[in-house]
Amino acid sequence: MNIPENLKYTESHEWVRVEGNIATIGITDFAQGELGDVVFVDIPEKKDLAKDDVFGTIEAVKTVSDLLAPVSGTITEINEALAEGPEAVNTDPYGNGWMIKMEINDPSELDTLLDAEAYKNLIGAS
Amino acid sequence: MKKTAFYDNHIAMGAKMVEFAGFQMPLQYSGIIQEHKRVRSTVGVFDVSHMGEFEVRGAGAADFVQRMTTNDVSKLSEGRVQYSTMCYDHGGIVDDLLVYHLGDAFMLVVNAANIGKDFAWLKEHLAPDAELVDRSDETSLLAVQGPRSRDTLKKVTDAPLDDLAYYHWVRGKIAGLEVLISRTGYTGELGYEVYMFADPLSNGKLFDAIMEAGKEFDIEPVGLGARDTLRLEMGYCLYGNDIDETTNPLEAGLGWITKLNKGEFTGRAALLKAKEEGLRRRLVGMMVDAKAFPRHGYEITAEGKPVGKVTSGTFSPILEKGIAMGYVPIELAAEGTALGIVIRGNAVDAKVVKLPFLQK
Repeated sequence: MNIPENLKYTESHEWVRVEGNIATIGITDFAQGELGDVVFVDIPEKKDLAKDDVFGTIEAVKTVSDLLAPVSGTITEINEALAEGPEAVNTDPYGNGWMIKMEINDPSELDTLLDAEAYKNLIGAS
Repeated sequence: MKKTAFYDNHIAMGAKMVEFAGFQMPLQYSGIIQEHKRVRSTVGVFDVSHMGEFEVRGAGAADFVQRMTTNDVSKLSEGRVQYSTMCYDHGGIVDDLLVYHLGDAFMLVVNAANIGKDFAWLKEHLAPDAELVDRSDETSLLAVQGPRSRDTLKKVTDAPLDDLAYYHWVRGKIAGLEVLISRTGYTGELGYEVYMFADPLSNGKLFDAIMEAGKEFDIEPVGLGARDTLRLEMGYCLYGNDIDETTNPLEAGLGWITKLNKGEFTGRAALLKAKEEGLRRRLVGMMVDAKAFPRHGYEITAEGKPVGKVTSGTFSPILEKGIAMGYVPIELAAEGTALGIVIRGNAVDAKVVKLPFLQK
């Protein structure tokens, strides 16, 4: 199980990479494994989000799951490459499988996120 | 929780295991889409040992099976297999099953989740001159499915597979083990199902032997995930989703295995009445063009009004579209009818299509 030390995590299995006031967001290796083959990532539009707002859905063969905003902010970029190659979410969840970039409203919200160690405990990985 | 005799094989092959009907079963290995395409293109192997097997023997066995099932057992002879259903008196379905004519006995192959219910139902109606034995725990079952399944199995058995017709069975040996091989399956491809006495050591070796034989065809193990997408592309019913005690075989499109003229059987009166009154609803196939996929339980609409529920739905790995089955009023069941399926609050356009979804 790949759980990079330098990322922040949510209890709903998103990861967050913070660079300045921009957060890049995707779903974790654990999440993609649980979902199975991802066939469509539906992120309708760039918009303002409150923490825990649904910003999209992820369709796997067997199931569908909502994507939740880890912090509040504004979507500035959507990973358009996922439209043609959604399998990147499975094969490279922390790289080409990223979903959105957002401008963070309130950096203090980042403190509510889990670090790698806490996320490992959440999913029972050792 | 029960383990099948192939449990160690699954772990060794990196399966993701899930609980299903009280068994630890492989959900997937390499991934549902790859496994699905493997079966459609060459060959895959499924552990379906969770299925139940009952043996019916005795002088009254044939009459008993005839009375308890909807298909015509008098048409079966030794070496043949028949797809059938068992119905309640009210015409609802107890289970769908395979009936094997073994010569001196019948083997009924039932759904894993229904083993207890089916056994009790049969026992309750058992004729004094028939005997019923549950062989589920002592039976392992592998399905070898795909266009290269015959080529694969021929390398490990001397059973005459070239002469084995669809829905027939034969005995033989694989890896030194006595097996019963039938040309049956749940994928729509050329395929075989291999029954054997359950024993982890010998069964595990047999699995390995089949994997080795299929290497040149890129054989892969296939889990329950792809088993479901493969059967749904063919429009095959899954008990608990598409058929159950509240649906009858006629509305489920299983009229072809419901022989109302064969003589008396359980459920016949109710089914005759349903047929005479005219079916009110029908299980149909629906296809969705949007990049949103129908799932079990989603609402089906017509002109904005709810008319039914999706009983099975998925992304089709071959068609790369959403496919679904569900019951709709008979007047909406015609091919081409425009319907909606409510996916996350939006009624997405769906069209009634002919089954199977995958026209081969």
